[in-house]
Amino acid sequence: MLDPRISVIGERLGRISKIIAVSSGKGGVGKSLIAATTALILSKKGLQAGLLDLDFTNPSSNMILGVSNVYPIEEKGMIPPKIHGVEYLSITFFAGDEAIPLRGEDVTNVFIEMLALTKWSDLNYLIVDTPPGLGDVLLDLLKLIRRLMFLVVMTPSRLSLGTVRKLLALLWGVKAPVIGVIENMLTEASASLRDEVERLGARFLGSIPFDPEVERGLGNPKKLLETKFAKRLSSILDQALEIT
Amino acid sequence: MTTERGVRGLIDVTIRIGELQQIDLETFKFALEQLSRQYSMHIKFELKEERAEFRCGVCGEVWSFERENLDPEIREAIHVIPEVAHAFMRCPRCGSPDFEVIKGRGVWIESIGEGIKC
Repeated sequence: MLDPRISVIGERLGRISKIIAVSSGKGGVGKSLIAATTALILSKKGLQAGLLDLDFTNPSSNMILGVSNVYPIEEKGMIPPKIHGVEYLSITFFAGDEAIPLRGEDVTNVFIEMLALTKWSDLNYLIVDTPPGLGDVLLDLLKLIRRLMFLVVMTPSRLSLGTVRKLLALLWGVKAPVIGVIENMLTEASASLRDEVERLGARFLGSIPFDPEVERGLGNPKKLLETKFAKRLSSILDQALEIT
Repeated sequence: MTTERGVRGLIDVTIRIGELQQIDLETFKFALEQLSRQYSMHIKFELKEERAEFRCGVCGEVWSFERENLDPEIREAIHVIPEVAHAFMRCPRCGSPDFEVIKGRGVWIESIGEGIKC
């Protein structure tokens, strides 16, 4: 049985220069926040950026970006709406605020459907917000988007480091390019795990101190971009992605 | 494909369309025929709809898709991404959201058969 959707994916992603998956393996490290803010920062720097939220069961990028009353346009596929300059697609456009309990094969189907239908324009960067875990979506990403690069996010916790170690081993095992590791939510009480990350052989991109102002910037991208969190992330991205 | 394979005769192509896709078969068939003419291909399309069925992962109940009972916006969402049904449907027997689509999802080429060969 032929699945015509698979053959369309390469064409749909063909006009994008770089595709970056923001991953962590573990939940609660600020992955969605970093993914969404990265897309906003790149757009603010004058680059064409997109954000694809692949967290189907618990998406949050719509809340971070303050998305409401906009929908993709159906025209030989789906044209993603622009949110504060960022082309954006999430399952929340179709499921609203309802929970979507999905098992493995369904997750893969949604993933393929979104990749096969979405008509991204000429983007410099597509940022992919991935769900926690090392399962279905990660495997599908590696299978279906060949030229994918990974940006790994962790917190200064040994629990987070343990998961990052597994994630990196998995990615390196399939020769997937890893841009580096960002340490998020650093506090005075928590020592940086920079040395441990570098001992794993990964590029440590920098630490972002915990910023309570971020909460007030949720749903308001302009305010979010003014936080210390966003400014620190911006300088990390300048170096990591060699943006001049 | 016909030109690649050097076949100038009529090709029968059967396409199966899951009910959850909610595609108008006549419109789709017309579009396919127009496309095949553009490439000077002689294809006879047969489009068949597969009725959707769900099976509950908890109590095993099997039920069918009743689009008429759904809000038009939900129908549209399911048309784009059929798995979105999980957000809006529940097992009619036990109320569980843990169900699988056992039939009626996707669009696929069921068979490509060569008809009259020249």
